[in-house]
Amino acid sequence: MSKFVISVLVENKFGVLSRIAGLFSARGFNIDSLAVGETEDPEVSRMTIVVDADERILEQVKKQLNKLIDVIRVQDLTGGEYVERELILIKVRAESAKVREKIVQVVDSTGAGIVDVGKKFLTVEESGNEHRIKALMELLRPYGILEIARTGKIALQSD
Amino acid sequence: MAKLTGAEILIQSLQEEGVTHIFGYPGGSIIPLGDKLYNEKSLTFHLTRHEQGAVHAADGYARATGDVGVCMATSGPGATNLVTGIATAHMDSIPIVAITGQVKSALIGNDAFQEADMVGITRPITKHNYLVRDVKDLARIVKEAFHIARTGRPGPVLIDLPVDIQLQETEFKYPGTVSLKGYKPTYKGHIGQIKKIARAIEKSKRPVIYAGGGIILSGADKELTRFARKADIPVTTSLMGLGGFPENDPLCLGMLGMHGTAYANHAIQGSDLIIAVGSRFDDRVTGRIDDFAPNATVAHIDIDPASVSKNVHVDIPVIGDAKEVLKELDTLLKKGDYTDWHEMIAGWKKEMPLKYKDDDRLRPQYIIEQIYELTRDKEVIISTEVGQNQMWAAQYFTYTKPRTWISSGGLGTMGYGFPAAIGAQIGKPDSIVFDIAGDGSIQMNIQELAMAVLEKIPVKIAILNNGYLGMVRQWQELFYGKRYAFTGLAKDTCTMCPDFVRVAESYGAKGIRVTEKAGVKAAVKTALKEKGPVILDFIIEREENVFPMVPAGKSISDMLHGLA
Repeated sequence: MSKFVISVLVENKFGVLSRIAGLFSARGFNIDSLAVGETEDPEVSRMTIVVDADERILEQVKKQLNKLIDVIRVQDLTGGEYVERELILIKVRAESAKVREKIVQVVDSTGAGIVDVGKKFLTVEESGNEHRIKALMELLRPYGILEIARTGKIALQSD
Repeated sequence: MAKLTGAEILIQSLQEEGVTHIFGYPGGSIIPLGDKLYNEKSLTFHLTRHEQGAVHAADGYARATGDVGVCMATSGPGATNLVTGIATAHMDSIPIVAITGQVKSALIGNDAFQEADMVGITRPITKHNYLVRDVKDLARIVKEAFHIARTGRPGPVLIDLPVDIQLQETEFKYPGTVSLKGYKPTYKGHIGQIKKIARAIEKSKRPVIYAGGGIILSGADKELTRFARKADIPVTTSLMGLGGFPENDPLCLGMLGMHGTAYANHAIQGSDLIIAVGSRFDDRVTGRIDDFAPNATVAHIDIDPASVSKNVHVDIPVIGDAKEVLKELDTLLKKGDYTDWHEMIAGWKKEMPLKYKDDDRLRPQYIIEQIYELTRDKEVIISTEVGQNQMWAAQYFTYTKPRTWISSGGLGTMGYGFPAAIGAQIGKPDSIVFDIAGDGSIQMNIQELAMAVLEKIPVKIAILNNGYLGMVRQWQELFYGKRYAFTGLAKDTCTMCPDFVRVAESYGAKGIRVTEKAGVKAAVKTALKEKGPVILDFIIEREENVFPMVPAGKSISDMLHGLA
């Protein structure tokens, strides 16, 4: 099993998300992440789906997606040139001034940002590719990660 | 422009689509539509006694005629009663449009009386579905629904229509065209791929055509027959493909798979080239997949890309309509020499024919053969229930024309055959329609006798009555040490429960009981003369089994033959 990034253009209609999600669950396909939003054409949305599958299942995923009436186009980005980004918010435990200082150092050195400050925590924002997000999470983990929210990957083909 | 109500728009749209029959059942959320249908001369409403009967009848109508079948039910329980029938049509790619009433738009989501989320419930069992949210969208939705149902790989489409929208008014103009960005089925096959099949045929020594329901759906039976004869390649069909190639042709191997003929299965296993057309390598066809046709190159012609390489790896895929592609392939054909192959197959046919014990007992296979013999010079349609009755009907009747075999292949829906037979008879009033039933499955929709009697629909029901849920009992006999758990339908205190002759009579139909082999012909002849529906209650050999049989999960080389 490996991870594949699929970009799906769909009609921006009521119920489309549940058609896609339902297809995955009905056929036992695994979704790693799914991000959806409107495109340059308000009638069309783009879904970026990261699928955990082998080659044979991936073929079925693509074909079954294509069968849905509301699906306009299915693009398999894996293997080609594409840019991907994900946004993550990490709430880190930061109760002492000393710890806060260290976290700020980490954030500065990675190019991430602090977007919320509480009495006992800092919330760090980062966007980037998978590698970058993973690296930041590892750097912050020793301080105690309280909560994480991530958007799931979005991607566009390069050529 | 004059304004019409939603109900009127729906009816006019159905008329635009050429619909003449609707099968259905009324209810609170669909009263406005029923009211407008009441005086409509060009649309006949057939009142079933259960919504499941309505959807199966629409399905049987579609299979017999090739047109889109239409059914209608109210919201909530009426609509959920359609679910089994919609799933049946979906598995077998049958074009139907199901119209369900829905609670008032403002109440949707409030758990209103008789509310069910039909778009949600039917999402995985429809080709597409709609909840109408604005009366202005209705005409377009109906246009799209019929287009989607009947084109590409056909299938059921559901339109959920809230009761308030049936009453709202707007201007009506039926759209001339459909514009769906994400739906453009491929009909014409890729010529390079078709050439590859032609080359494979030329090189092959042991080719087999494996034809499925796609032949019937695409209307490709003539193209298939011409091509197979010209190429001199034997043809086996799936259950859904019966009638797609004439079974009285010497090239015909009959059905393959779990209860297929031994020679069809041996031919598949021994082949070096399988040309699959409009079929999907169902598990009932392939048996254990890694031992299926081990030496064969597989070419697959199908309109649905998702069917290709889903179960069996395909070497030469061609996406397109069976009819179009076969026509193209025909022009490229260079015939090979298959003399040795035909001899080998002839040997299997001689050695392992379909057979049953031909004694003086009343055996189901004999009954099917007699129904064939007594109707063979007429137009006849066979529908079936599901189980042993279905398999005997598939094995022992000789199908020579498309749309004469109506059976729930994919979903295997008990209770399908009788309402489907009614739908088929309404679509083909001049044909003889027989439902081959078991005493178990006929009880699942027997209430439709009321409709058949009142509308004088002369469907003949042949119940192969063994007092068992026979197919499961057969598995229990063979694989579960004869522990007949919950499959006995008769007891000493009631050997005929119910008495089907009296059931028939209580509805006003004719009932005939046959207990001996000698009585079969006369009973069938009497039934054929009858103007209304008839139940033939054949009390058959109780523990007769369907053979050959490939046990579930075994290779199709490992057949049980039953008779020594």
